[in-house]
Amino acid sequence: MTKKIKNLNLNFGPQHPAAHGVLRLILELDGEVVEKADPHIGLLHRGTEKLIENKTYMQAVPYFDRLDYVAPMNQEHAFALAIEKILKIDVPIRAQYIRVMFCEIGRILSHILNVTTQALDVGALTPSLWGFEERETLMTFYERASGSRLHANYFRTGGVHQDLPADLESDIAAFCESFPKVINDLESLLTDNRIFKQRNVDIGIVSKDDALDYSFSGVMIRGSGIAWDLRKSQPYECYEQLEFKIPVGKNGDCYDRYLCRIEEMKESVSIIKQCLAKMEKGPIKSFDGKITPPPKKEIKQSMEALIHHFKLFTEGYRVQKDEIYTAVEAPKGEFGVYLISDGSSKPYKCKIRAPGFSHLQSMNYLIKGHMLADVPAVLGSLDIVFGEVDR
Amino acid sequence: MINLIDLEKKINSELTTKISKTEIKHNQIYVEINKDDLIDVTLFIKTNKDTKFRQLIDITVVDYPEQTQRFKVVYLFLSHEFNQRMILSYFINESEVITSLTSIFPSANWMEREVFDMYGVNFKDHPDLRRILTDYGFEGHPLRKDFPLTGHTEVRYSEEQKKVINESVKLEQNYRNFDYESPWEGTEYIKQQTDSNDKKN
Repeated sequence: MTKKIKNLNLNFGPQHPAAHGVLRLILELDGEVVEKADPHIGLLHRGTEKLIENKTYMQAVPYFDRLDYVAPMNQEHAFALAIEKILKIDVPIRAQYIRVMFCEIGRILSHILNVTTQALDVGALTPSLWGFEERETLMTFYERASGSRLHANYFRTGGVHQDLPADLESDIAAFCESFPKVINDLESLLTDNRIFKQRNVDIGIVSKDDALDYSFSGVMIRGSGIAWDLRKSQPYECYEQLEFKIPVGKNGDCYDRYLCRIEEMKESVSIIKQCLAKMEKGPIKSFDGKITPPPKKEIKQSMEALIHHFKLFTEGYRVQKDEIYTAVEAPKGEFGVYLISDGSSKPYKCKIRAPGFSHLQSMNYLIKGHMLADVPAVLGSLDIVFGEVDR
Repeated sequence: MINLIDLEKKINSELTTKISKTEIKHNQIYVEINKDDLIDVTLFIKTNKDTKFRQLIDITVVDYPEQTQRFKVVYLFLSHEFNQRMILSYFINESEVITSLTSIFPSANWMEREVFDMYGVNFKDHPDLRRILTDYGFEGHPLRKDFPLTGHTEVRYSEEQKKVINESVKLEQNYRNFDYESPWEGTEYIKQQTDSNDKKN
């Protein structure tokens, strides 16, 4: 006697804690084995690109915080670099170090969130409690520099918005001393943990060729053994003057990607330390009055400063006709801005290349043939944040 | 290939008529091609041992509503091996259908769906051309320049009908787009006047 068995369609999300946001994943199951995965995205689509086209360059910066909202300044960085390249502005060296330092803080913020929630997805609760305490410390650094914990709006064309407040540098230095211990604690909980390894080793393997074909970047491509990091291969800002290593995985599975992230956090701490050591007092943004708003006290005295201030906050600065693609190594991978300027004070087109978009796209390829329980593990190791996937 | 100038020469000599324009700026190579040669050119730059653009970074479209060839389709490629970036582009009409790259780069799938969703450009041979970012049942293509910033419809929960409904946007005040361009430098009418004055003199 034969009996026909139909595959089961299962809706995973959009309201599911392991979906890391608003992902609606439609899974076709044969028993417990996933036959097909079809991610439905766009539930957090806010039309960022359309909004940016209607705002001046300065007004567009906050939209970048809201993309990958766990590492906001890394996104601002790509946008600032794109405009600076078109306008050919030099950024003062202190501003470069401040930027790089906060980008690395952003990387740690993002990696802590990812590593601990990935552990949470496979059943370990404690890492997230320990990790989030550190994230809170880091976010207070964000707050002290920019005024807000998350949506910093701190990077400007030609520098940063304001100088670091007193004591912040020494507090960050103190954090750099204490944080490696927390990484070790996290590692002692996870790296050799039997359950964690059973859930991650040999799950979601990506080969080198597939990593290229599926447009992977960041940890997703390094986990598969390709040593590719934009900070090294196409150095921007002052990364050339800093020493750091690029951790590379071997097997391309979820566990290797976890190890890469842990190592990258250690490297980031070392970069922050180097930045603090090399940072000297000095200007923090470009002196060009047509780009940088004048200091407040000058506005009360100088006519020219007043005019500049008025023009910058109504019309904004203009960017000559050009076309450019600029990418930075964001915590999740290559984050790029494809900017077309038309000589006015608003971008004609600003396409945002989010790493998570291509990573999530490969969900079907990664999960086919795995068990249902592996879905959260794979999803966790992709490091998806819906702010940037949906834009 | 070591530098971009050699790469430019190589592409021009190998693909000759398929290339209509090349340019190097910002340390990237910008290549304009003819629409029909997309597959040939992509296959060449992906597989040739001197180019090896193995990764498709993104696909997007730029809308120029005043041109007859309204859309500029842009492909961004990256070669890990030679550490180079290429920006490939061509122009199409509003109604033209372009060939999908999914057979060469699997990652083109979602990128093309996004382009279809945002600009309404159709792809031939695409396995699954659906909307991706906008809502189920959405109408229009939001990133076209003639699509209003406020959109056409808004969503709310209707207490009477006990369901989520779409209705047309009602604004308390019209959306205002202030023109801040400074009249002594940029605005069109002044520029025309000064230009004609210059001619007279």
